[in-house]
Amino acid sequence: MRNPLVLSVLISAGVLAGSPLASAANSLVFCSEGSPAGFDTAQYTTATDNDASEPIYNRLAEFEKGGTAAVPALATSWDVSEDGLTWTFHLRDGVKFHTTKWFTPTRNFNADDVLFTFNRMLNPEHPFRKAYPTEFPYFTGMSLDKNIASVEKTDPMTVVMKLNTVDAAFIQNLAMSFAAILSAEYADQLLKTGKPSDINQKPVGTGPYVFQRYQKDSNIRYAANKDYWDPSQVKLDNLIFSISVDASARMQKLRKNECQVSLNPRPADVAGLKADPKLQVIEKPGFNLGYIAYNVQHKPFDQLQVRQALDMAVNKDEILKAVYQGAGQKAVNAMPPTQWSYDETITDAPYNPEKAKELLKAAGVKDGTEITLWAMPVQRPYNPNAKLMAEMLQSDWAKIGLKVKIVSYEWGEYIKRTKNGEHDISLIGWTGDNGDPDNWLGTLYSCDAIGGNNYSMWCNKEYDTLVKNAKVVTDRDQRTVLYKQAQQLLKQQVPITPIAHSTVNQPLSAKVEGFTVSPFGRNAFSGVSLKD
Amino acid sequence: MFSFIARRVGLLIPTFFGITLLTFALIRMIPGDPVEVMMGERRVDPEMHAQAMERLGLNKPLHEQYIDYITKLAHGDLGESLRTRESVWSEFAALFPATLELASAALLFAGILGLLAGVIAALKRGSLFDHGVMGISLAGYSMPIFWWGLILIMFFSVGLGWTPVSGRIDLLYDIEPKTGFMLIDTLLSDQPEAFWDALHHLILPAIVLGTIPLAVIARMTRSSMLEVLREDYIRTARAKGLSPARVVFVHGLRNALIPVLTVVGLQVGTLLAGAVLTETIFSWPGIGKWLIEAIGARDYPVVQNGILLIACLVILVNFVVDILYGFANPRIRHQR
Repeated sequence: MRNPLVLSVLISAGVLAGSPLASAANSLVFCSEGSPAGFDTAQYTTATDNDASEPIYNRLAEFEKGGTAAVPALATSWDVSEDGLTWTFHLRDGVKFHTTKWFTPTRNFNADDVLFTFNRMLNPEHPFRKAYPTEFPYFTGMSLDKNIASVEKTDPMTVVMKLNTVDAAFIQNLAMSFAAILSAEYADQLLKTGKPSDINQKPVGTGPYVFQRYQKDSNIRYAANKDYWDPSQVKLDNLIFSISVDASARMQKLRKNECQVSLNPRPADVAGLKADPKLQVIEKPGFNLGYIAYNVQHKPFDQLQVRQALDMAVNKDEILKAVYQGAGQKAVNAMPPTQWSYDETITDAPYNPEKAKELLKAAGVKDGTEITLWAMPVQRPYNPNAKLMAEMLQSDWAKIGLKVKIVSYEWGEYIKRTKNGEHDISLIGWTGDNGDPDNWLGTLYSCDAIGGNNYSMWCNKEYDTLVKNAKVVTDRDQRTVLYKQAQQLLKQQVPITPIAHSTVNQPLSAKVEGFTVSPFGRNAFSGVSLKD
Repeated sequence: MFSFIARRVGLLIPTFFGITLLTFALIRMIPGDPVEVMMGERRVDPEMHAQAMERLGLNKPLHEQYIDYITKLAHGDLGESLRTRESVWSEFAALFPATLELASAALLFAGILGLLAGVIAALKRGSLFDHGVMGISLAGYSMPIFWWGLILIMFFSVGLGWTPVSGRIDLLYDIEPKTGFMLIDTLLSDQPEAFWDALHHLILPAIVLGTIPLAVIARMTRSSMLEVLREDYIRTARAKGLSPARVVFVHGLRNALIPVLTVVGLQVGTLLAGAVLTETIFSWPGIGKWLIEAIGARDYPVVQNGILLIACLVILVNFVVDILYGFANPRIRHQR
């Protein structure tokens, strides 16, 4: 830098320069917490991957802003046959796919795109899947690969999907990220040019923002989709994801206005963020549940009295204060209160260590019996500090004469072993996927879920029948009756002790308008704007 | 000289195989497989799991997997990431310049300050300055990087507002990566003022990453200088009436530099290892963060080949140092 000319040019450029971009005022930076693996959402399951794809795509139906109901998106409406097995989708007219450096669409969105999207996931022999083999974990996880019998078009703007069995949560499932509609024309182009893997790194969708560039571990850039079918939802010129793994650094960036929306603050930081006049913090009950799962296949937890004793010896209020630091709501039921069909008549057994002791004695459990309690090694929205929670439970249960040994494993191993039922008692939880009660009562506690998400290894025929019946009925009132009975039964049988639903605290700049917190933890920027 | 180089190259081959075997074994000893880890609490469909394991070649016996790996390596194929499906080489090539830029800045900071502090401390042996420098460098050496980084952010970025909190550049500058080195890319872009912004972003991470090497270099320079200053030729130089600056910098420092340079060479490893934490605190998109994520996701090809590439780099640096020693000191060259 000895050249005085270069130096002076640089200095003057630095001094004279105004804001970095002419449209900086209308660019929003979102401090996200991780690098997405790619943008072909059907391949992935994490919130990080879903968030990164959210601005790019639409689905046939989408979740209403801030809610759990599925509302029309690329399908303007749908009809369901009387037997509940045939779904007819009427597609939106005039929707354009993104024009990018790597693709220029020659036609608008139509039924072929829906067929391509779903047939790729359904048919292992699909040409695109042959050229670019991949799995679709959520699609298969929701058993859609087995339940969707066919996807056909009856005219260019109408698609008919036939199911093998009635699935009351079907439309909710189609609103999830993995069902993002891809361009069949783009897929053809990729096959012809021999670059099918570009579908994952150079995405094309119909969403409110057009993908520009992704620099791993640094940023993702999107530009406004000027041709979006709902122009009222595109209020920013540029949307930038700034990838910041460390929670403290994310919050500092927010305070310095280096980003305007920042993900997942630590509970300890929330009070400080609320006190900052340049920020706002949206507080919303989380659509999640942190709970204790008793392995009913291990003695003595096969006895109802023992489970009841442990349940009533848990001092939930103290746990809420210490573990959730006030950012949690006491849980009494097997799903969160914001889930429709939640039974509000259910209450907790009162905290009573004395009675718990008596119950243990009656069940023949000797004083000083050793049990193991598994504590998750990671922080989760439903449980910000499992180790501390385990220590508090250890002390609670010591009061009723039990010797609790705390066990922990690396997260992958923890999940594997608890799914195999190696634990006595484990701390675990769930965040809702699709807003359907079956995603709680069926996914977590049914007989079929043993070896999967049923960490209590609990199988109650009566409960199972109720939940299975509720899934194949489409009338919501009828379903509600069945689910309420199931919740009552589950509460009586105590396979779990619900602890808390954590509160989601979403800090953002006071200048941001129109941002809503999704119950599913998705971060969407349609309709979001910045005040001057 | 030729046989010396041949011997050194001969030693590289077993080292290389040792590394491949070690990384291959270690990453597989961590429980869980990539498919299970990706699913987390979600249900893993057994059929899908089996399909995925087959597609990824992870259902084969371990020895076959290792042979596949080595065969691919022999063809120069580093494989592709299980998560992103991008080639490991292209990911490494995109991220490595960020680490190199940070490590170079850190080394520059540590080298200049460390030498200066070491020389002055040696000249003023026993003074308050000497005790101060040695005390601070001991503290610097024992500093937990994570904590140190956050303290600096709190003070300089949040408190005083002098430096940005994290990242390589203000994201409102849209700089297209051409070389991967942000300082160069900003100069090549049509927004040259972004260079100052990038430089601004580099200051704190370079200080944090350079703190430990700085402490090591300062202490090493001091002790080496003290030794050299006692040598006869220094006394001779002084007796000849040379200026004190010439004695210290030309006769003293030049000789004292040899062990210091060895230490600097060794610090390359420390800089790459330390970069993992620094990159995390400052959201610096380098290879440290990349590898940590890959370990978490059980992304076997990335972990195996990422570590292999870094190891090759360290081996290469040491190899060059060895050869240079051979040139500088014939006694080393002839040892068998």
